[in-house]
Amino acid sequence: MKKKNLLGAVGVLGVGMLVLAGCSDPTESTGGSASGDSETITVGSANFPESELLAEMYAQVLEANGVDVERSFNIGAREVYLQALEDGSIDLLPEYNGALLAALSDDGAPEGVTSPDDVYDALQDVLPEGIVSLPQSDAEDKDTLSVTSETADEYDLETIEDLEPVADQLRIAAGPEFAERIQGIKGLESEYGLTFKEFVPLDAGGPLTLAALTDGDVEVANIFSTDSAIETNDLVTLEDTKQLFLSENILPIVREDKSDDTVEDALNSVSEALTTENLTEYLAKVQVDKQDSASVAKEFLTEYDLL
Amino acid sequence: MIQYLQNNGPVIQAALSQHVYLALLPVLLGIVVSLPIGYLAVRFNFLYHPLLNLSGILYAVPSLALIVLVPSVLGIRILDPLNIIVALTVYTVALLVRVVADGLKSVDPLVAEAASAMGYRRLRRLVSVELPIALPVMLAGLRVATVANVSLVSVGALIGVGGLGTLFTRGQQLNYAPPIIVGIVLSVVLAAILDGIIVLIQRRATPWVRAAGRIAS
Amino acid sequence: MNDGLLSYLLDGDNWQFGATGSIPSLILTHLWYTIQAVAVAAAIALPLGLYIGHTGKLSFIAINAANAGRSLPTLGLIILLVVLMGRGFLPVLIALVILAIPPILTTTYAGIRAVDPAAIDAAKGMGMRPMQVLFKLEVPMALPLISSGLRNALLQVIATSTVAAYVGIGGLGRLLVDGIALNAYERVVAGAVVVAALAIVVDLIAAVIQRSVISPGLTGRRVTRRTTKTVPAPSTSPAPTGQPGPGTRTKAPTS
Repeated sequence: MKKKNLLGAVGVLGVGMLVLAGCSDPTESTGGSASGDSETITVGSANFPESELLAEMYAQVLEANGVDVERSFNIGAREVYLQALEDGSIDLLPEYNGALLAALSDDGAPEGVTSPDDVYDALQDVLPEGIVSLPQSDAEDKDTLSVTSETADEYDLETIEDLEPVADQLRIAAGPEFAERIQGIKGLESEYGLTFKEFVPLDAGGPLTLAALTDGDVEVANIFSTDSAIETNDLVTLEDTKQLFLSENILPIVREDKSDDTVEDALNSVSEALTTENLTEYLAKVQVDKQDSASVAKEFLTEYDLL
Repeated sequence: MIQYLQNNGPVIQAALSQHVYLALLPVLLGIVVSLPIGYLAVRFNFLYHPLLNLSGILYAVPSLALIVLVPSVLGIRILDPLNIIVALTVYTVALLVRVVADGLKSVDPLVAEAASAMGYRRLRRLVSVELPIALPVMLAGLRVATVANVSLVSVGALIGVGGLGTLFTRGQQLNYAPPIIVGIVLSVVLAAILDGIIVLIQRRATPWVRAAGRIAS
Repeated sequence: MNDGLLSYLLDGDNWQFGATGSIPSLILTHLWYTIQAVAVAAAIALPLGLYIGHTGKLSFIAINAANAGRSLPTLGLIILLVVLMGRGFLPVLIALVILAIPPILTTTYAGIRAVDPAAIDAAKGMGMRPMQVLFKLEVPMALPLISSGLRNALLQVIATSTVAAYVGIGGLGRLLVDGIALNAYERVVAGAVVVAALAIVVDLIAAVIQRSVISPGLTGRRVTRRTTKTVPAPSTSPAPTGQPGPGTRTKAPTS
């Protein structure tokens, strides 16, 4: 057989390997060894559009201030991205003070800690080593339990407490992580005494969960408060009388060794500009108009003179 | 759709190049690892069945599980694309070991004997005679492994590292079809291109197959 | 750490029959999805493959189906159909059917094509009509390849349908997706082990069925009850001793 041809084939493979080994790994820009470089900040986000929009805002405002930024979006739920933050795969991401407090505390948030400032202070005690929170925004996005207006009328529901007598007839949809969370099924059981008929794991505040609610496959759903779908579909958000879902002010969480004055000032300007109303408005551009988060973030930053 | 394409060029491009990297590297690594293992499986008969059974079991493990469990086993950071690469390399090896072993086994023992009689020693016989004869079978298996890898990379999107898979998750979160369609089309095209490249390599490396075909017909 | 990782799998509470979310109920759901998908795919691919193989028309579809099908990203297809069609099992079923058709189609076609033309001639010479030739001769002789295609499809669907849990479907994929969301790797391990074990068990059962259904003349299996010495027919198809030759056993992607 022609040795030449076999050698040729092996040669192509060998060259291919060398090229790949030598060529810059495009994935390194997404959280591989980026954190080793003290100049670059890796911005991460959770697996829902609002988180990505906020993270994109952070990234762009940092870039406008001369900071090198890598993006690593859509990581997963908090349980996953916290791990990424702790092991250094990401350096910065947008968080929600109450939810983070509940997640980092062993038994959920301490009693009576509900107002934004209280929550912020309590959060300082539980943040892991080397990770700090920057000043929070007034803008909030809370987990809600929402029902259709028909369901609200049928069972006379205004608050989460009202669910107690009928919960065993109702099905609830949320992301899979909701089942084990204090700010989820566990807390609803212990604080409100709710035992639902069925828990349907779908996507946290996402289209599947919303569709399950509006289609009538579930009666209660975990929808995020800044979701314009609440208004569009005439949904009723049940009042959280026992403050299980605390304040949820948006704030940047960052690794201490990556944060300097430039970074802090830039991120603070975003936090100050954000309000629940304008966040809802711009989020709708992504969720409803299907615009990409990068241009919507840019629009926001331009509108509020942050770039 | 057009608007989506216009506004998201960089995102699509980044996803595509990550996808190519994540799909190709495991294939190359898989070849390097499976050749010696496949050879051992044939050379030492008692290894054949255990190795092939192990391959079969590994191949039956769902890729999502493998991708997620690799960090725990190897102790690397969770978002490191290395997880995907290791997981896909395991799959590729699991598939190729069988193909390499069966390819080598399909070599007519008379031919191997003739080579020995001509003075070829084991290694040279392997490289000059047995491997070339086994090449068509192995390259066919390589095509399957490569195309399969292209499809499997997108599963990594469920932990945030998935090349074109990120277009799928984005589309799901927004209930928006264009990114998904773009992702599928690019994925299929990429697989077709890589498949075609291997076919070209196959033609150059094994010219006697086509010649035999022509003579037979 | 290993104890921790195996804890979900080994916890007896998770193996209660009938309890929602228990491993046995997930297995049953998973099998039910798989059977539906493969049955529908077979209902489409078998007749199509027989037709194309027998008549030789449209053969390019059958030849390229396997490659094209393998290159379709499973996750993408499932998500696309869910976005277009809404929630529920139907879009997932359609996606799984689309993915299961190629292996069945290609091997059915290949099996029919591989039938010895001399045997077909003999059959025609005996007076068999085309339909009889097809069903009494070609199909039985193509069975090794056809059944390996079915086995392939089964394994592929079992492994692939795990990903569908991402869009809310039940089955063993729930262990994987929920385990990832909860950062509970014991669940992921449990899911991985059970799916792999299920795939292997199903494959073994399929192999047994395959062996008993295929005519012994094809496999070279000696049928000892014959009194006259029967020389086993030289296998025109790869001997299906659980591991048919490379050409037929190149598995489609499992995800």
